[in-house]
This record gives sequence, structure tokens and C-alpha cells, in this order.
Amino acid sequence: MHVVVCIKQVPNTTEVKINPETNTLIRDGVESIINPFDENALEAALVLKDKTGCKVTVLTMGPPQAEAALREALSRGVDDVVLLCDRAFAGSDTWATSYAIAQAIRNLEKADLILFGKQAIDGDTAQVGPGVAEMLDLPVITYVRKLEVEGDKVKVERVFEDGYERMEVPMPAVITVLKEMNVPRMASLKGRMRAKKAEIKMLTAAAINADPEKVGLKGSPTRVVKIFSPPAKMGGMKIEGGEPQEMADVLVSKLRERKII
Amino acid sequence: MALKITEEKCAGCGLCIQACPFGALVVESREKLNKPHSKFKKLVTVSAACTVCGACVSTCKFDALKVEEEQRAKPVANLGDYKGLWVFAEQRGGVIQDVAYELLGKGRELADELGVELSAVLMGHQMKDKASALFEHGADKVYYVDDPGLAEYNTEPYTDVFSDLINKYKPEAVLAGATSIGRAFVARVAVRIKTGLTADCTELGVDTDKRLLLQTRPAFGGNIMATIICPDYRPQMATVRHKVFKKPVPHQGRTGQVIEEKAVIKDCRAKVLEVLHEMQNQVNLTEADIIVSGGRGLGKPENFKVIEELANELNAAVGASRAAVDAGWISSYHQVGQTGKTVRPKIYIACGISGAIQHLVGMNSSDTIVAINKDPDAPIFKIADYGIVGDLFEVVPAMVKAIRNR
Repeated sequence: MHVVVCIKQVPNTTEVKINPETNTLIRDGVESIINPFDENALEAALVLKDKTGCKVTVLTMGPPQAEAALREALSRGVDDVVLLCDRAFAGSDTWATSYAIAQAIRNLEKADLILFGKQAIDGDTAQVGPGVAEMLDLPVITYVRKLEVEGDKVKVERVFEDGYERMEVPMPAVITVLKEMNVPRMASLKGRMRAKKAEIKMLTAAAINADPEKVGLKGSPTRVVKIFSPPAKMGGMKIEGGEPQEMADVLVSKLRERKII
Repeated sequence: MALKITEEKCAGCGLCIQACPFGALVVESREKLNKPHSKFKKLVTVSAACTVCGACVSTCKFDALKVEEEQRAKPVANLGDYKGLWVFAEQRGGVIQDVAYELLGKGRELADELGVELSAVLMGHQMKDKASALFEHGADKVYYVDDPGLAEYNTEPYTDVFSDLINKYKPEAVLAGATSIGRAFVARVAVRIKTGLTADCTELGVDTDKRLLLQTRPAFGGNIMATIICPDYRPQMATVRHKVFKKPVPHQGRTGQVIEEKAVIKDCRAKVLEVLHEMQNQVNLTEADIIVSGGRGLGKPENFKVIEELANELNAAVGASRAAVDAGWISSYHQVGQTGKTVRPKIYIACGISGAIQHLVGMNSSDTIVAINKDPDAPIFKIADYGIVGDLFEVVPAMVKAIRNR
């Protein structure tokens, strides 16, 4: 069995601060991390590898620096990593990204299971997993919190706002996972050594036979026409220094006055 | 199709760097780059992280930045063939979800501006009578598809049926709720019919001249807003979260035309074995009008009782910060924030939550924010409309008392 995990490198928001004057992000010196939900997808693949000895390949699309995310994946014990990297991919929206990743997967050894995190924390779209499934004409189950492989089928629990469903799907299939699924492991020292020395395989748009009309800005139906900062929220009314009951009364009467409660 | 830097004009001032949401611009020494200039010592360079969004262009005082217009892909179909605005009428267990009514409210405004019809698409089983509520909330037409296979959500038949309807009737724009259903199959639909889809819009407008849907959404956890269009493909598709738009007041007796469509349901690969509504007794966080949340300041799991008591009094849902969830005090279902849920209630009451950015991005668009924290410098006070500096174990029960004493 071959499991492909698609990950994205994102800025670590624990370190992102907001410039109070311009209300924009201060990104200087912000480290990049594997998208937290993708870590759970990666862990799910490694658990399967521990159980069944399946092969695990990790794929990412991004700038050359994204190779750091792949080294991290290697250090945790995946078999193979691939960096999809080409200026031609710049400006890709979720359609063009889905196309490029699907093309890359077609060019790998046949995948039985393709895992994604439920969404990336920088874009929050949750669209690329289902998009890749559509490009590859595979079934997809999103928002999965539990996953088991039985023979040639995957059994999962799919979460909704008010409950969950137990579902079953034949492989090959695409699954997007929630963080409830597992706790990602730490890399071993041996893994780190291996990752440090490893050569990272890079694939260009030409290497995956991507249609130049379908990648990057050209292949993206959507366009960003304006970027702006939301109006900065100023701190409101602070109630301090009184007895707890006094302060609570003031607050509750303010909320009532404004018909908030 | 790239960001072009006119090197002889660039003063290397770095103004553009602040504007770049992607950290793609760097100022370097011209000497190091071997690109000398008589006046300027530095030069800005662009990395592969550039998405050609254009945010930097207007910041440049030297006219050195330009987005080079690429050759646009030719539209696949005649854009003028696409008319009307659609709303996906999401149903769960035969009940139309509020987000669908909210979208009909906004959709009505947009459709009127464009001078087109507003239609709802309802997929389900034995639900034809529910169309009347869709008319009362603003729909002119309801496309209704009845099949036992559509009673419960499943990605494949939903994708097939919805895509076929779009191809047949050609709406110019489609709105859907950014729910665990909408976000799952609409992304597939957009890829299948090759069009753009913008996730989680918080603002929608129209450009009536160009007939474009202006889709504004937060990026980077709400620190930046981006307006997105889909110029060359139709329909223009967007998902919108619960509560972003107000549910319109229904017009009793308002009616319209039901168009019944037959579905061809193929055998689907992903099969539902069992449906469990385990959280039936809880208020759904994303739909709650009031949320009372607890954080690290609670100290131990039993102390969530204090939060629950206030929540009960206000008929509110209980939320939690990541610190409280990671400590195992409450299940992750309650987590609000970047790796939890994004909520937008009328009132969000944060108790003992300091306000790390990961938490703020999940709740900062709430209508009114109340914070209770011992630390007067806690970042949560910066975004709170009302803040009480005090011990939550004293203040929260006092609030319960104040609410009871009407």
C-alpha cells in the first residue's frame, strides 16, 4: 500500500505579531512550520506504516524553502518526500493548486490513500483536498477524526457540526483529517540525522507534465483585486478597581442598556 | 504574469515590504546583487513566495512596482449566457439550515442590484413542502431535486446533482454555507465545472457594470482582508459562514416557482454506514448567539462549572481556549480559535482567557466581546468592548446574580 500525504508549509502564527500602527503582520524572523492539521495527516500515515509497513510519501508544493517541511517529515520516518517547486506555480489559487498536486500524484507510484489536513491555517479554505480528489476522480471524505484500513477499504468517522457518521470507502481514496485524530510524534535523533543528509527530490511543472495554461496565475479562475487591513478594533470600556458585584452590575446594566442581553 | 520591479527606479526604501502579506519582498544591497545605481544603494527583490496579489504596487512612491498583465485564458463559455443568483439550501435531517436563509437575505440584495432572479437549490427527499419557506425568505425560484439518495448528505451524489444543475441552468453566481457540508462538496463542484470558489467570505458585493461578484474574505487569521473576483469563469462561487449575514424577516405568503429536477444517482463509492447525532443536546458553537468561554485562568476541570452556570443563565454555548482543551479540562469540540472553531456570536464572553492571537482569530468578529481577566495587560482587553479586571471566580458568579436580579 502506498500512502501519499500532502502538506503545506505555513508561517507559525504563535510568532506572528501585528504592527499596531499599520495593523499588518510582522513576519520578520517568523519561522515556518508544517501546517498543524497536516501534521495529523502525517501522523495518521505513520501509524498506518507502523501497523502495515506501507510506503509513505510526503508531497508539498511551495518555494525552495519548503524543503524544511519535508526534512521534518523525513525525520519522523516517512519513506520519500517530493517538493513541487516552480515559479510557474506562483499565484496559484485553489483550482490551480489542486491541478498541480493532482498532476504530481499521477506522476508518483500509484497512491492508494491520499491524506490532507482539514485545511491550512494561513488560507483556511479546506478546498484543495476535495479539489485534488475531483481532479483524480477519486472519492473524498472530509473532516475525518478516526481512520482504519481494512483490506482494500478505509473505515472512518466523519464529523459534522452536530454529530458524526461512520463511513466506508474503497481505496484509492482521499481523506482530510481533523486534529482530534492523533497526537503527532516527535522526530527521533536517528531520523533527524537521516533527514539532514537526505537529498530532496524536486519536481518542476514540466516534470509532472503540467499544462502551462492550468498552473499559476494563468490557471487560476480567481483574482485578488484588493488587499486591505480590517479596521483596527480599539479596546472598549474597562471596568476595574471595584468590588466584584459592583463591576458585574455595571457590566450587566451596560449590556442591557445596549439590548445585548 | 509576475510582479515586475523596474530596477532603475527602485530606491530600496522598503515601503513595499510592509504591505506584502506573503513576506515575498526583500531589500538587498545593490553592490551584493551586482546591480549598481548612481543614486540608490539598495534594491528590492521578489521571491517565489510572491502570489502576484498586487498589494505592494500602490505603496511604491517611485512607481517601480507593476503587475505585468499576463495573457488571460480565453473564457470557456460566453459569460453572458450565465444569469441569476443561486443559493444552496443546505438541509440536515430534512431541516433547512439557517445559513441558507441568511444567504437568501444577502442574495436578495445582490440579485436586486444585478436585476436578476434569486433561486434556491434544494436537494433532499420528501421535502417539496419546504420550498415555501425558501420563497418567504426571498427566493424567486426553487430548484428541487428529490431522491432517497439525497436525504442524507453524501459528497458524490451532491456533487453530481449540483454540477449538472449548474451546467443546465447556468447561474452567474452561486452561494453556499461554509459548513462541513458546503465546504466539502462545493469545492469539488468548482473543480469539476472549472470555475473559481472563494472560501469563507465575510462580505459580498457586486460590480454591476462588469457583473462581478466582489468576494471579501479574511486571510492570515483575519489580519488582512482580501477582495477576490472570478472574471473569466462562471458561475462565480463563494462560501459564507454561519451568522455572517442576518437572517431576513420572512414575508408570509410570498411565493414562487418550484422547478422539479430528476436526479440520476450513481452508485457512490463512499458509503455511510451509520449516522450519529451525538451532540444533539449541546448548543452548536458555530450557530450560538451567545458564547461563554473559559481558558487557562480556570485552573482545573471542575471550574468549568462556573462557566456553565453563566452559560445556562444566558442560554449560551460553552467555548474554551486551546490551553483549556490541551489541559484536558474540556473536549476539543468546544475549542475556539485557529485550530478549533471560528465563531461569530452576538456576545462572546471570555473568562480567564489571555487572548493569544490563535484564540483571537477564532472569535474577533463577534458582535460584542466581553473579557474577564485578572491581568489588566492581557491582550484580550485590546479587542474587548467591555472588560472587567478581576478574579473570574468572583466576577462570573456576580454576573449570574446580576442577571437574575432583573
